[in-house]
Formats: sequence, C-alpha cells, structure tokens
Amino acid sequence: MKNIICTLCPKGCHLSVDLENMTVSGNNCPRGVKYGISELTAPMRTLTSTVKIDGAICRRCPVRSSADVPRESVAEIMKLLDTVQLTAPVSLGDVIFENVLGTGADIIVTRNLKAI
Amino acid sequence: MKHYDVLIIGCGVTGAATAYYLSKNQLSVGVVEGCNDIGCGATKANSAILHAGYDPEPGTLCARLNIEGIKLAKEICEKLSVLRRELPSLVLAFTEKDMELVHKLYEQGIENGVPGIRVLNNAETLEAEPMVNPEVLGALYAPSAIVDPWEYTCAMAETAVRNGAEVNLSCKVTAIEEKDGVYTVRTTGGDFTASYLVNAAGSYASEIAAMVGDHSFTPLHRCGQYYVLDKSEGARVNTVVFRCPDENGKGVLVSPTTHGNLIVGPDAYIVKDGKTVGTVAETLHKLKPSGKKSVPSIDFSKTIHEYAGVRPIAEDSDFIIRPSEQSAHLIHLAGIKSPGLSAAPAIALEGIKILCEQGLTLTPKENVIDERKVIRFKRLNEEEKAAVVKENPLYGQIVCRCETVTEGEIIDAIHRPIVPRSIDGIKRRTSAGIGRCQGGFCSTRVHEILARELGVSPLDITLGDDGSYILTGETKEVR
Amino acid sequence: MMNEKYYDVIVVGGGPAGLAAALSAAENGAEKILILERDNDIGGILNQCVHNGFGLHYFKEALTGPEYAGRFAELVKAHDNIEICCDTMVLNISADRHVSCVSSKNGYQVFRAGAIVLAMGCRERTRGAIAIPGDRPSGVITAGTAQRYVNISGYLPGKKVVILGSGDIGLIMARRLTLEGAKVLACVELAPHCNGLARNIVQCLDDFGIPLYLSHTVTNIVGKDRLEKVCISKVDGYTPIPGTEFEIECDTLLLSVGLIPENELTRNAGVGIDGRTNGAYVYENMETDTAGIFACGNVVHVHDLVDYVTVESMKAGASAAKFALGNKADGNAISISNGNGVNYTVPQRVRLENVDKALEVFFRTNKVRGKSLIKVTSGDKEIITFKREHMAPGEMEKLIIPAKMLAGVTDTIKIEVEDQA
Repeated sequence: MKNIICTLCPKGCHLSVDLENMTVSGNNCPRGVKYGISELTAPMRTLTSTVKIDGAICRRCPVRSSADVPRESVAEIMKLLDTVQLTAPVSLGDVIFENVLGTGADIIVTRNLKAI
Repeated sequence: MKHYDVLIIGCGVTGAATAYYLSKNQLSVGVVEGCNDIGCGATKANSAILHAGYDPEPGTLCARLNIEGIKLAKEICEKLSVLRRELPSLVLAFTEKDMELVHKLYEQGIENGVPGIRVLNNAETLEAEPMVNPEVLGALYAPSAIVDPWEYTCAMAETAVRNGAEVNLSCKVTAIEEKDGVYTVRTTGGDFTASYLVNAAGSYASEIAAMVGDHSFTPLHRCGQYYVLDKSEGARVNTVVFRCPDENGKGVLVSPTTHGNLIVGPDAYIVKDGKTVGTVAETLHKLKPSGKKSVPSIDFSKTIHEYAGVRPIAEDSDFIIRPSEQSAHLIHLAGIKSPGLSAAPAIALEGIKILCEQGLTLTPKENVIDERKVIRFKRLNEEEKAAVVKENPLYGQIVCRCETVTEGEIIDAIHRPIVPRSIDGIKRRTSAGIGRCQGGFCSTRVHEILARELGVSPLDITLGDDGSYILTGETKEVR
Repeated sequence: MMNEKYYDVIVVGGGPAGLAAALSAAENGAEKILILERDNDIGGILNQCVHNGFGLHYFKEALTGPEYAGRFAELVKAHDNIEICCDTMVLNISADRHVSCVSSKNGYQVFRAGAIVLAMGCRERTRGAIAIPGDRPSGVITAGTAQRYVNISGYLPGKKVVILGSGDIGLIMARRLTLEGAKVLACVELAPHCNGLARNIVQCLDDFGIPLYLSHTVTNIVGKDRLEKVCISKVDGYTPIPGTEFEIECDTLLLSVGLIPENELTRNAGVGIDGRTNGAYVYENMETDTAGIFACGNVVHVHDLVDYVTVESMKAGASAAKFALGNKADGNAISISNGNGVNYTVPQRVRLENVDKALEVFFRTNKVRGKSLIKVTSGDKEIITFKREHMAPGEMEKLIIPAKMLAGVTDTIKIEVEDQA
C-alpha cells in the first residue's frame, strides 16, 4: 500500500494505492484510479518550457508537450528544445516537434507572438 | 600616465564636494573611486539628515563645519536641483535627566550658533509634532533639513565633471609613491600622478595614510542599522524625531525621507571594517521598541527595507582635517563621522584652504557651470507631465511603478557625466526600485535599458559593485 | 483642462482579471470599455507562467498560463466594444471616477468612467518586508522576478539555488530552474505545512529529489558581492531554535514568501481596505465601498487558481456594466464575519437583495486540517454546512450558499470551521 497525492487537478486527493491488487482508494473521481496506478508504475508528465525566439517582444517563446510524456524522457526533450530557434510571428498551437522522441506527443507553441 | 594637479581619493560626499569646489578653478582635478559608482560607502547608508548643529561639542571642527556645511548645502541643493526638505528636529526628553540633557544641548546649540533653537515643554512638543509619545516631558526644537545623500553627492560630482574634473571609477588605490614632489598613485584601474592628494577615502582613510607611512590615526568603524517603511508611513511625522543620547549612543531617530518614506534607526556598534554592512538579527528588531517609544503609532508591518551603514570615527572624536605629517601635500579629510553629511561642503572648503596653505594656487575659471536640471516626472503637475511626454515620449513610459520613474529619467541618468553601470546606480540616481516592491517589477526592465544604453550584454550588468553579477548565463546554453 | 473622454467601464489592468471583467462588461451591455495595461502585452503575469494547470475549472482542460491568457485575449480583441491600451500606466483614480494615465504613445490623458474595475493584481513580498538579516549581495531575488528573467528574457539568475517559501511560484521555479540546468538545493518553509498545491510538491520537488524543510527558515545571508551561502535554522513558531543551524552554499536565494495585493491606486481613491486581505472591502457583486468602483482578482485577495479569478472578475465586469448603465446596486448590507478557523472572507459584505441564485463566498482557513465541517450561521440560525475531507491555508475554499437559504437573514453572517473526529 502506498499513499500518494493525486495531481490531476488542484483538489489533490490523498490516494492509497495497492499495487498488488491494483486498487486505489481515497479518490473523489474515477480518474484518480488510473492516476494512482500509472504514477507508481509509469509516471507521465506534461512538459512545459521555452525555446529561443527572434523578432518578438520577448526572447523566449513558451512551449509544451501536447500530451503527457514519460517522466524519464523529459531531460532528453529539454536537450532537444535547446536546439530550437524560432522567428516571430508564431501562433498558439504551432507544432515545433511532431511525435517528439516517439512519445506520441508534439511540442507546441503556447503563445501568440507577433513580429515586431 | 595621467597627471592631475589635485587627485582626490574617494568619491563619497566629501570627495564629491571637494571636486565640486576645486573644479571651479583653473586646475586639473581627478578623483579615484574604488567602487564602480560614487557615494557607495558611508554616504550610501546614513540618516540623510542635515543636522542643525547643537550636537557637536563647541569649539570642535565638527561644530563649526556642521553649521557652515548646512548653509552651503542649502545653496548647493538649490543650484543643483537636489531633493532637500526643511523641517524641524526635536530631541525628546522622557525623564528629568533627559530634560537636563536637552538644556545642555540647547546651551551647546547657542554656543555653536544654531539659529531658531529653543526648549519646548510637553504641550509645545505635542503641538510641534502631534505624533510623538504624549508622555514626553519636553524637547529641544531646532530647524533642520533632510536631503537625498545619493543625489547630493551625484550632483556635486557631476557638476565637477562638467567643469573638467575626471572621476575614475573602479580604481581602488593599492600604493602611493612620492618622488620629487610628485605622487604616483597606483590603482586597480590604472596609475595616476598628482601634485597634491586629498584623502577622502572614508572608511579606508587610514589605509591610504598608511601608504605614505602615516600611521597617525586608526579610525574605528561604527555601524548603524535602519528600517525603511512604506510611503504610507512616510507622513507619520513631519519632523525629525531624536531621542536624548544615553550610554547606548545617540538614540534611535524617526524621520521622513526626501522620497516620502519613513526611516527608523540607527543603533550603534563597532564593526571590523567599512564593508561590514550586513544587518544583524539579534539587534535589528530592537530598533522597533525604541522607535515606538518616540512615535507609538509607527506601523512596522509596513517595513519595505532594512540597511546598515558604517561611518569611520576617529579616536579623538573630531574630524581629522590636516596635512599628513609624513607627506605635507597629502591632505586628510578623515574620520568623517556624523555630522559628516551635514558638514561635507564646509569640510571640502576647509581642505582646500589647507591645500592653499601647502602651496596650491587657485585661479577661478570663467564660465563655470553651477546649475543642474533634472526631470522628476512624479513631481510634475498635470500640465507639466503632459508637456514633457509630448517633448520626449519616453517620459511617458513608466518603468518603476512604485515610484513612478520613467524610461526617460533612467536614460537621462545613464547619459549624465558619471555613468552608472549597476541596477543600484540607477536606483540611487532615479529612485527606481527603492519603493515597496524593491525592484521586483522594474529591476528586469532597468536591467534591459541599462544593457541597451551602455551597449553591453545583460550578463555584464551588476546589482551593485563589481562582482555582484545578477545573471549566470542564458537559458538553453548551459547544459 | 484636459479633454476627458468618457467610457462606460474602465478596467485597470489587462491580466486575467481585467480581461475577464472587460469581456463580461461587454457581454452585459457596456458599449465603450477601455483596458489600461502597463506591460507591453495583455495577459499579465500569466505570460511568464509557462507551466500548465490553468483552466481546469473554467475550460475543463489543463492549459499553460500564456494559453489561458491567449484565449481571453482573443475573445477581448474580437469585441468591438473593448479598446486596449498597453504600455499605459494609470497614475491616479478618483472617487468620482476620473482616471489619469500616461503612455509614450498617447501622452498624459484623463478619462471619465461610468464604472471602474480595479484589476491591478499583486506584487511579491520582498526580503525587506520579512527582514531577512545579513549581507546584501546580489543573488537574492523574488521568484516572480526570476521567472521573468528565465521565461521572458531567457537568462538564468543562478546555478545553485535555495528557495525560501513553499508558495506555488517558488515550487514552479524549482522545477523550471532545474530543467534549465540549475541545481536547486533545498526549499525552506517557515510553516509546518507546504503552502503550495499538492501537485506542485509532487511534480516540482519530489520529481527532482529536492528536499523540503518545513518549520525552517533562512536566518542569515552571507556574501560580499554575490551570495555565497545561507544559514538555515529550525523554528519553533517563528523563532529560530538555537543549535539547529546549518549552512548551504549557494549563489541564489529565491524568495517565494507571499503576495500582496497592489492597492496603492485603490487607497488613493479613498476606497476602504481590509487589513486581512490587503484588498478592498467588497460586496457580493465585487463593488467596493466606493460606489461605481469595482475590484476583482488578486488585487482583492490572493487567489491560488486563475479559474476563480476569472469567475470573480466576470461578476465584477457584469456589475460594473450594470452600474454604468444606471442599475445601481443597493439594499441593506450585512457583514460576513470570520469565525473560528477562518482567516478572511471575500466578499466581506452582502446585500441580499442583489443575490440572484446563490451567494459565493471565498475564504482561507488558518491551518492544515483533516475532516472538517464548515458552518454558516447568522445569530442562532444555522444557514448551511459544508463538509471537507481536507483543508489547507494554501487552498482557497469556495462556498456556494443558495439564495433561498439566506431568506430572512438580517444579522451578521458568520463562517467558521470545526474539526471533525
């Protein structure tokens, strides 16, 4: 039995996960069960970061993964993001990497930045 | 090697005042300053008060130069557009013993020539300052003033530069050699020669003296801590409120600042050198009950900043203003403790008088610059605000929200004769970042403007003195 | 005299609160709405909050800060009734609803407003405000300032970092700095509990093995020019316990020690400020005690979720539009008082005549609690109770009290929290 806090929403339910029987208690919604199991077996994270951009009102453009990626792939994706150089304009949702490192998630732009 | 007729060592308020007066003459005047900006020692952190002059013992240099200094300060601040505000000072008495001291200070004041000084009873004290503790027995009343010591120093040094003086920053003196009546001054920023030296090195004055074999004084370093409160507390008092000095020192004062904040402090303790300006947990909070004894309604939850300042105090307690016994063309302006800020221009003139006695001849320059214009957007009325923005749109771009400082003012400060290279340098010149958010919002903007105007990378901008870097690198490039 | 252009509603601040208020004012009939924003873009602090977790309540999906702001920005820009002035600083607001402001582009201007919505947000508590003793080197900065350096300007403020305070911004920056290559050595929290959201403890500290020291604080800062180390002590309440000190060598101390609503304009306008929230006293419709001046978002009280800011600001915008169109709210005001376990409530006052379907009350509790009962009473009358499995000061509580339950209430409404066995 392991006690963890569900992070799917700000509520932060205190879950008790029994990995032997694959059961979860303490969840206020059904999503907590899936979260409890996956968090202890194969944790997933949304990656948010920035990449370089030229010609915008700021020098970095925010990006994120379009879906959760395995937690252990985060460092590798970060290295990949270091190599990116965008030029304004960019739009919310522009895809920078498709299926990044085979995770099934894309890396997308999260801010509209006009050229100045 | 650059040669000066007179080289001033140290650009605090004393050095700046000396440069200001000397530069009005046909002389080559140089200043070397160890820090990357002027006014970074004792000038930076003190009570910012132009004392009335009842405090120093009659007959001392402190007494005479205090009285002369505040008259000169008034004139200089008016000419050079420096923030200065006249307001009365009160020394509160809570015991009969205090009352005796008030009377003694009154006598001293009369002897020193302080105009308008008088002793108040309880009712008169409360009338002069309704916010003081009603338990007060009486007080010494004297007309006094507060000043922005940063701008005061800056204004005098800038004017000196406009009149031909040269201020060399980041030039910490490492050695002084004297040969055939010429000094060679070695510094971390290059070497200079000079016919006369003025030792205005503040906390380092004894080290400078030692470089010519003069060990005649060894100043102690006295530190004092202060609280700065938000402008919402700034109008708490409209007088400078002192306590009677006792065995623990001069006592904690409560005063408005020229920027509209309230300061409460200082305490007094000896530290090892002029750089030891950290605040101390064990003692800092003790200022609060002292301040509240004078003015019970102070709301310390409105504190925005704390600081500590060091001033050198000579062993024989008076200012040390004389030629070095080892090297007569080196003039000491040393041991400048309180009331050093008040006395500064008079100290400078006294030093110059001694320079002349040692053989320096002064020939006044024609067409001396003795004025200075500064735009302070916040202090303009509606029509003036509209007019300056129309003339220069950058006066319409507010950078510091708390103090309403515009990009135009910051750019003005960068392009004045002594170039600030740090965020604190901009703060001292424009008051951007001194407010309640302490630069939380504006420091990143000031940083960008400073780097852009100086044409350097933001990585090269410091918070304060050389070495106080703010950024360690760019993101995306450090892995 | 200046020519004074008139707007139905002037919104001060173009962050999430201001955008939602402007949008809602437009949807509720205001024809001329002006947003005055001091930064170079609308969106406020959300633009630098590149992490996700915004919008779970309002949009039912996890958005990043810029995405959340972007959605509202698009809606606002699409509205013909809403005018936006960026790089514009409001200098003064008067009780009779004149707004003076300045910008490079338009110079010094004075406007007249039918109603004003204050949405200036908040600022960070600083080293000075909490009086951390010691030297004054560089490398001691607030988390939000660091966030701007990293996420907007692209610079790292340090390599070896200690974070003081376990508020969300601090936790988020722990992860952000770690991902960008800095080493976060510790997060130090004065309180015996973490002030941030549970998921941020997991995803920002635990994921990277960053130790969290609860009931600890920084007692000294050491460094001549740049920060060299910090001293940390265990505390008993607020007092450091002698003998528990240890040092951490670091070049950066990040402060995440609380947010303060930014109410200087509010004060100058003569609007009453609640010492508990540091924001204006507000009624049920987000109107302050000065008729026609409304407030919403973090300028009223510091929220933990932007979704709640949006909902609150929608209400403020709608109320401002109504006021500007001549439908002034009035009626008898009843106070809402803070009972046991309640640090503050928003609103602080309610005019029951204006409560439509339900009265929404936000509050924060004073400590971490397990099973709890929230009781809403007035005099001897119990109005309603709510059950909670878990409560914490870091998590704002929202109560929805149906209007019909409030019928006949004339006395102060008290909200209190009871621990359940």
